[in-house]
Amino acid sequence: MNRIDQRFSELKEQGRRALIPYITAGDPAPQHTVGFMHALVEAGADIIELGVPFSDPMADGPVIQKACERALKHGVRLTHLFEMVREFRQTDTTTPVVLMGYLNPVERIGLATFADQAASAGVDGVLTVDLPPEEADEFGPVLKERGLASIFLVAPTTSHARAATICAHGEGYLYYVSLKGVTGSAALNADDVAAHLAPLRELTDLPLCVGFGIRDGATAAEVAKVADGVIVGSALVNRIAENAEQPEVIAGELKAVLIEMREALDAMSAG
Amino acid sequence: MSKFSDLTRLPDARGHFGAYGGRFVSETLSFALDELEKTYMSLRDDPAFQAEFDYDLSHYVGRPSPLYHAERWSKQLGGARIWLKREDLNHTGAHKVNNTIGQALLAKKSGKPRVIAETGAGQHGVATATVAARLGLKCEVYMGAEDVERQKLNVYRMRLLGANVIPVESGTRTLKDAMNEALRDWVTNVDDTFYIIGTVAGPHPYPMLVRDFNAVAGREARRQSFEEFGKLPDALIACVGGGSNAMGLFYPFVEDDEVVMYGVEAGGDGVETGRHAAPLASNAPRGVLHGNRTYLMSDEGGQVSDTHSISAGLDYPGVGPEHALWKDVGRVNYVAANDHEVLEAFRELTHVEGIMPALESAHALAYAKVLAPTMRPDQNIVVNLSGRGDKDIMTVARLDGLEF
Repeated sequence: MNRIDQRFSELKEQGRRALIPYITAGDPAPQHTVGFMHALVEAGADIIELGVPFSDPMADGPVIQKACERALKHGVRLTHLFEMVREFRQTDTTTPVVLMGYLNPVERIGLATFADQAASAGVDGVLTVDLPPEEADEFGPVLKERGLASIFLVAPTTSHARAATICAHGEGYLYYVSLKGVTGSAALNADDVAAHLAPLRELTDLPLCVGFGIRDGATAAEVAKVADGVIVGSALVNRIAENAEQPEVIAGELKAVLIEMREALDAMSAG
Repeated sequence: MSKFSDLTRLPDARGHFGAYGGRFVSETLSFALDELEKTYMSLRDDPAFQAEFDYDLSHYVGRPSPLYHAERWSKQLGGARIWLKREDLNHTGAHKVNNTIGQALLAKKSGKPRVIAETGAGQHGVATATVAARLGLKCEVYMGAEDVERQKLNVYRMRLLGANVIPVESGTRTLKDAMNEALRDWVTNVDDTFYIIGTVAGPHPYPMLVRDFNAVAGREARRQSFEEFGKLPDALIACVGGGSNAMGLFYPFVEDDEVVMYGVEAGGDGVETGRHAAPLASNAPRGVLHGNRTYLMSDEGGQVSDTHSISAGLDYPGVGPEHALWKDVGRVNYVAANDHEVLEAFRELTHVEGIMPALESAHALAYAKVLAPTMRPDQNIVVNLSGRGDKDIMTVARLDGLEF
């Protein structure tokens, strides 16, 4: 069983919600990333989304754009990400790792080469922001053959018919984008999220995880009332940005953000 | 029977031009693109919509634009007769307005009160601000901070027209970054905003509809060729950044196999130096950016490359997907003109014909200088003079050591 499916089945048994942090690989410099990943797990991460830096991150707000720029300044490439995941796997064989990014870097090294290297490094899933299922005819099977989950986005603007198509292609979990906007946007409306997740439940048994606009324990707990997991990115990447000049404190900062969310989620699950 | 007839049946239902095009966007925009496609397909063959479009083109834009015989310049070069398709004489001074008129009509039909656009040289931004002013739509234009600096005059023009010009500081601070930012705006304000893309790139259906709205130039040029010299032209030349003016001129000739076409990209310091904006002429790898697959200048890690061109309007690492296919099937020859060749052509046309071309259009003229002398005097070349050069006076003056 894929580590992602394994993790969600454990969480379900425990009646807990998944906490899924996102960081951009190589931010603020490549030598820190693996340490951050371990710190996130120590703070209660269930799955890690590792961002692939891209020169033109069209779906991202300024926080993650700047993270990409910091990483790219160090020349971080997919080959470095594979090395990072391989190193992470030396001591953590259970936490799922999902690569999240844009299609062009993947196409440039070739879909099959990418999938081979990702699988052998210990990656579990791939979320390609600018690859909707209609364009994934080729990539989907390539990932599946190597046991890598294709994770897709669903948005507030997604029609029911499209959602059905996405659910049919999706694996691992569905990433529900909580709002119309880019990553790091401010306002999230929990009632609106709830209203959109309900019809998705009828379409799929995939875990529904919610990202965009989750900033702290309170927003995480609010969303987790209706979701199987919460995804937090910009709130973490902000801490990296604020401390880019003193990277030794970043792991502690990331843990502080995540622990608050973990506690809020677990308090809710217990209640 | 043309061997290129298949090319007139594209894109396919999913917006593909062979291996290119498509709809590579984050999920939030899929719905808006579906809606736009539905709206456009329902109006495309609607005589009332076409009549409205045609009326605006003739009464507001001033179409048809003349096909002008550049007699003195042709003689000076020796060889083929050169005809200029005078898109510079359109209202707002470039071909860009053909498309913004069309898309503004779509915005109106869609009931969206706000339009956004990206712009490089500022011509598309001006054309968008113009139609927005006329229709009373709120207008915001994203422009790379470097281009804001290069094209101050157009920035001020847009502001006078009531548009809000937003300088984009991210990435390389040029056209591609302006397009990223416009897409981010659209994803955030998709309910009330219509995105007027200025070139034949972007996610489906944009490459198709921008082509269709620009094709009026080619239809006129084809008819005018018969009127002026009684036959089809032997060659067409147009500059290519994203490729909208070239697409507009070329498309109605696509099945005329005997008409040879040249798309001229921005050679910058020279294709061999790597400092250029010529993805087709330099045989860049295939890639995906801004919603479509195409030839895309990127490094071996897939990061999009910096581009270099004297003209802000061509300073783009990708190119419209239909051009990518036309390169592969050999319908169009894609070449490049370097900055210094472009400046020479700019000065020459100004001196010899009293017509000051946009630096973008001067790329096409630079290639005409190469091609015309290799042809006979009874042969005809149509060059798309896609825009006028007023906006570039500052750039040229600076190269002459003058500051205003």
